[in-house]
Amino acid sequence: MSMASSLPDARGHFGPYGGRFVPETLMHPLQELTEAYMAAREDPDFHRELQELLRTYVGRPTPLFFARRLTEHLGGAKIYLKREDLCHTGAHKINNALGQALLAKRMGKTRVIAETGAGQHGVATATACALLGLQCVIYMGTEDMRRQALNVFRMQLLGAEVRGVEAGSRTLKDAISEALRDWVTYVETTHYLLGSVLGPHPYPMIVRDFQSLIGRETREQILECEGRLPDVLVACVGGGSNAIGLFYEFLAEPQVRMIGVEAGGRGHALGEHAARFASGRPGVLHGTYTYVLQDEDGQIALTHSVAAGLDYAAVGPEHAYWRDRGRIAYVSVSDREALDAFQLLARLEGILPALESAHALAYACRLAPTMPRNQILIVNLSGRGDKDVQTVADWLHREGTPSP
Amino acid sequence: MSRIRERLEALRRTGRKGFIPYLTAGDPDLETTARLIRALEEAGADVIELGIPFSDPIADGPIIQRAAERALRRGTRLRDCLDIIADVRRHSDIPIVLFSYLNPLLQFGLPRLAREMAVVGIDGVLATDLVPEEAEEFRQAMGAQGIETIFLVAPTSPDERIATIARSASGFIYVVSRTGVTGTREQLSEAMRPTVERVRRHTDLPVAVGFGISRPEHVREIWRYADAAVVGSALVQQIERHAGEPDLVERVARFAQWLKTGAAETPD
Ligand SMILES: Cc1ncc(COP(=O)(O)O)c(C=O)c1O
Repeated sequence: MSMASSLPDARGHFGPYGGRFVPETLMHPLQELTEAYMAAREDPDFHRELQELLRTYVGRPTPLFFARRLTEHLGGAKIYLKREDLCHTGAHKINNALGQALLAKRMGKTRVIAETGAGQHGVATATACALLGLQCVIYMGTEDMRRQALNVFRMQLLGAEVRGVEAGSRTLKDAISEALRDWVTYVETTHYLLGSVLGPHPYPMIVRDFQSLIGRETREQILECEGRLPDVLVACVGGGSNAIGLFYEFLAEPQVRMIGVEAGGRGHALGEHAARFASGRPGVLHGTYTYVLQDEDGQIALTHSVAAGLDYAAVGPEHAYWRDRGRIAYVSVSDREALDAFQLLARLEGILPALESAHALAYACRLAPTMPRNQILIVNLSGRGDKDVQTVADWLHREGTPSP
Repeated sequence: MSRIRERLEALRRTGRKGFIPYLTAGDPDLETTARLIRALEEAGADVIELGIPFSDPIADGPIIQRAAERALRRGTRLRDCLDIIADVRRHSDIPIVLFSYLNPLLQFGLPRLAREMAVVGIDGVLATDLVPEEAEEFRQAMGAQGIETIFLVAPTSPDERIATIARSASGFIYVVSRTGVTGTREQLSEAMRPTVERVRRHTDLPVAVGFGISRPEHVREIWRYADAAVVGSALVQQIERHAGEPDLVERVARFAQWLKTGAAETPD
């Protein structure tokens, strides 16, 4: 555990990755945020308040569910689902949003801004702000507003202002850029509530810490029902917060294999996917040094995924570190495989997963049949799929319904 | 001594102040960028800031964002930006600073970039998203070729940070006039003067002020406290408005002259 818990170093580095690559204006605010977070982390009152909300408001702990029919269907390892989809607002994002919103309040900030891709982080942030009485502005690419229209309306109902971003590919990358521009302008009053283990230090650390309860709960739950640790953990990786949230607790357990699943999109060419580890290389985007999809000149590439929450050109710096160390493996699955997994889970288990989570599930479907039946595979079901129903309907309309 | 230091110290010795226009390279095209540099020099520019277009310019407002988009759509590459400076250097000795986000520079390779900058005659570099704490390799690579490394100071920078920045910087210090992104503004920020005064307490390096400088009165006000004024978005907006017109270069030069001298008539 010591190896993992000493990261990042004081300047926010995970080996060569991470750090703070931001305009000078943000350096002092980032330092203040780091100090406020470190103080909160040591403060029992802060923990008590957060724990209480996680229990009574979010509905934690979330269950660890044995997917019996899926396991039988695949005929290999026993598959468990960590049910983050059952969190209030429908995804793991609320764990971090509540933690940071409490922190923002402690810092005396009155206004919160956030970016969102799938809309889940935006909904979680809008929810936390409604609960705590903070003003809330959400930046969202207009392409994502189109494909996640339900979540746009949810945020508005929760009292947030949703600002559409027209630049670039009109997805998550552009929303983060615009949120950073807002933050650099209104930094005195505003907390930027970043939604994944991305961006400048201390965000990758803060978001990881607020999500790491996923893994702690999972350890307890699997020990209770199986009496031993799992063999494999699988999670989808957009920025990587649900993945590190599940993995962090197990990093020091060499017998537990960990696999992060990126979006393979609709092809291998640059622009057709978001598989940063497959064809990206180290560079700087949005304040951190990590694997980035980019062209030869260092211009950031456009990305594609059917899952808006995975559709981003960079990956969290801590993932870059563990991938270089060989501790976590990264793979990708295509849009099609994710959509197939979405339907499979719906029919076999009565659960509609988020398309992001369906990527993790799709890889589990590939892997489980190759594993012996006495082994245990846990999938992080990071969110629920209500927001994606229209996207899936459009896909099925276009591609035809595959036979079950 | 570098061209930058030479120019800024000459101004200081003679009690004059500097005028530093910013251009996005490749907007509307590189050939015009080269002509603009020469015209701006004739219009009284003391240093040129040459912006390297980047796909995700987080410190820029809409005007420079659009300029970068136009330049990238035309296929502008760092390599070509260096080449046009080699060309400009055949006729001009004006100090030139590359103004860029870090990633395009990193991907080019820092030692290689520094060598090529020295060869074509670029004098300094400022990476908007690079602070001294992360700039060790960067400063070494640039320093090895005599390239000045300029860093930003913001109104939010506490004195300890200003001290660190002053120790790491060479050429000049670039003070951001206010919290926020680049863009035109009606009013100059109140935050500018105290920030410049705080910087003065830590360094003798010349101090330039930029972000939001859009009118001759702004330039004049900055000159009361700092050594030079940087004008970006206001100028780039002129390029955007008049791109494609046969007298684009003359218009932009006239606008720059108006900003610098405050001649009574407002060019449109
Ligand atoms: C349900 C769900 N899972 C996963 C993600 C991807 O984010 P991360 O990789 O940070 O968990 C998102 C992002 O929007 C999401 O909504």
